[in-house]
Amino acid sequence: MGSTQMSEPLLSLTALDAHYGDFQALYSIDMDIAAGEVIAIIGANGAGKTTFMRSISGLLWNSPGQIRYRGAPIGGLRADEVAHLGIALVPEGRQLFPSLTVEENLLLGANAKRSGIWSLGKVYEFFPVLKERKNQQSTSLSGGQQQMVAIGRALMANPDLILFDEISLGLAPVIINGIYAALPDIVGEGMTAMIVEQDITKALSVSSRVYCFQEGRISLEGRTDAVSRDEITAAYFGVNA
Amino acid sequence: MIEWVGAIVQGTLLGGLYALFAAGLSLIFGVMRLVNIAHGDLIVLAAYLGLSTTIMLGVHPFVALLLVMPVMGGIGYALQRGVLNQTLGPDILPPLLVTFGLSVIIQNVLLEIFTADPQKLNGGAIETASLPVGSLNLGVLPLVTFGIAVVVIAGLQWIFYRTPLGRGFRAVSDNQEIAQLMGLNKAHVFGLAMALALAVTAIAGILLGMRTSFDPAIGGGRLIFGFEAVIIGGLGNLWGTLAGGVILGVAQTIGAKIDPGLQLLAGHLAFLIVLAVRPNGLFPRVEH
Repeated sequence: MGSTQMSEPLLSLTALDAHYGDFQALYSIDMDIAAGEVIAIIGANGAGKTTFMRSISGLLWNSPGQIRYRGAPIGGLRADEVAHLGIALVPEGRQLFPSLTVEENLLLGANAKRSGIWSLGKVYEFFPVLKERKNQQSTSLSGGQQQMVAIGRALMANPDLILFDEISLGLAPVIINGIYAALPDIVGEGMTAMIVEQDITKALSVSSRVYCFQEGRISLEGRTDAVSRDEITAAYFGVNA
Repeated sequence: MIEWVGAIVQGTLLGGLYALFAAGLSLIFGVMRLVNIAHGDLIVLAAYLGLSTTIMLGVHPFVALLLVMPVMGGIGYALQRGVLNQTLGPDILPPLLVTFGLSVIIQNVLLEIFTADPQKLNGGAIETASLPVGSLNLGVLPLVTFGIAVVVIAGLQWIFYRTPLGRGFRAVSDNQEIAQLMGLNKAHVFGLAMALALAVTAIAGILLGMRTSFDPAIGGGRLIFGFEAVIIGGLGNLWGTLAGGVILGVAQTIGAKIDPGLQLLAGHLAFLIVLAVRPNGLFPRVEH
């Protein structure tokens, strides 16, 4: 075991598929993520990106061996069990708890009770505006501030792997720039990150490797600096450039 | 004139008991959108557990609470994890049917064990003691009941808004999936909510048993009073539930003052009027 640990990926997906009733959303996804990597997942609407995030985070049930985390099969675990193992999801559309204040939302993120550098104080240091608004209802904040709460809430769990689902969706460009400017600092703390985005440029700017999804399958994978725009366009739209 | 004031005060104090009937219902509905048809029968079950405890251990009903509360809490947790969690989903019908079945089962088990004879918890001197307030004589038991209701509601309010447990309740109520992502096991959270609700039900059952005689069939009536208090007060608002209980209690005692036969009808009429004028109740859920 000791000898394989060095090369063992943090997250390993083997023939991952996902279904909603009769509809199959993912087909045989294979992926290995090493600790410390930042991965971009791009693809058009309906390509299966959000389903992919739901599978990894445990909101969708998979057969156990399809998802391995630190070598252990976790595909069959519930979302709360996955959270305790150190995988956090910043969900699409922020999804804050409306009846909780900003601070309560953040504290709930710490529910997984994992130790690490992220604490309420650290999140407030990182997003000072949240401290000013900590007693406000979370839904009374602007979209960008809500996204800060959603990110802070995920960080409070001190995850080893953090999944960002469409964090730029519905936000003004200046806000998006601010959030992406902060990302390297977040993942620079030794975290592994997976960023799902429709804004390809943004996603590529912070990631080291990219996977493109098309109709539930991986249509392209490679190092961010090694794939060309033409390849991405072809993989994204499914046309032969 | 003083008789009417007396009726209003008596009704207010009675409202404390109704609020205790309602608090558990309100809590369960608030956290998991479950309408518990067996709630009244669980109140009666608590009264019988109190009866058994007082007889077997020879203790006062208030002392029996120390045993009945955790037992009811345990029953609540087991019931939620073992049965009710499986009924929760997008369809609201299964929990209604299952709790209705539960209601029938509890009634028949109680009937089998305790027969249909009316029983009463012996509270001793407190039952007849009264306190002169101005020209009114107020029963000590109703006063204590109302005081307990206020403490219970304040306690639930504190748990909901000031503790990690309450934060979990509200989070799961807001969005079950996202709460799971935060590491909350909703099956466990729901179990804790039902445990808390039935611990409150234990208090309601024992106070009911000291106030009036009870038999296995009276659960349905207590359920109606509880529902009415919740709806009058506004869903999801615990202090509103206390207000709803008081309005129901006052309507009943004033009705009884006019004509003893009007007691129940007056309560139901007050409920219907509130429902017609304010369909969301008087104090719908407040944002904190």
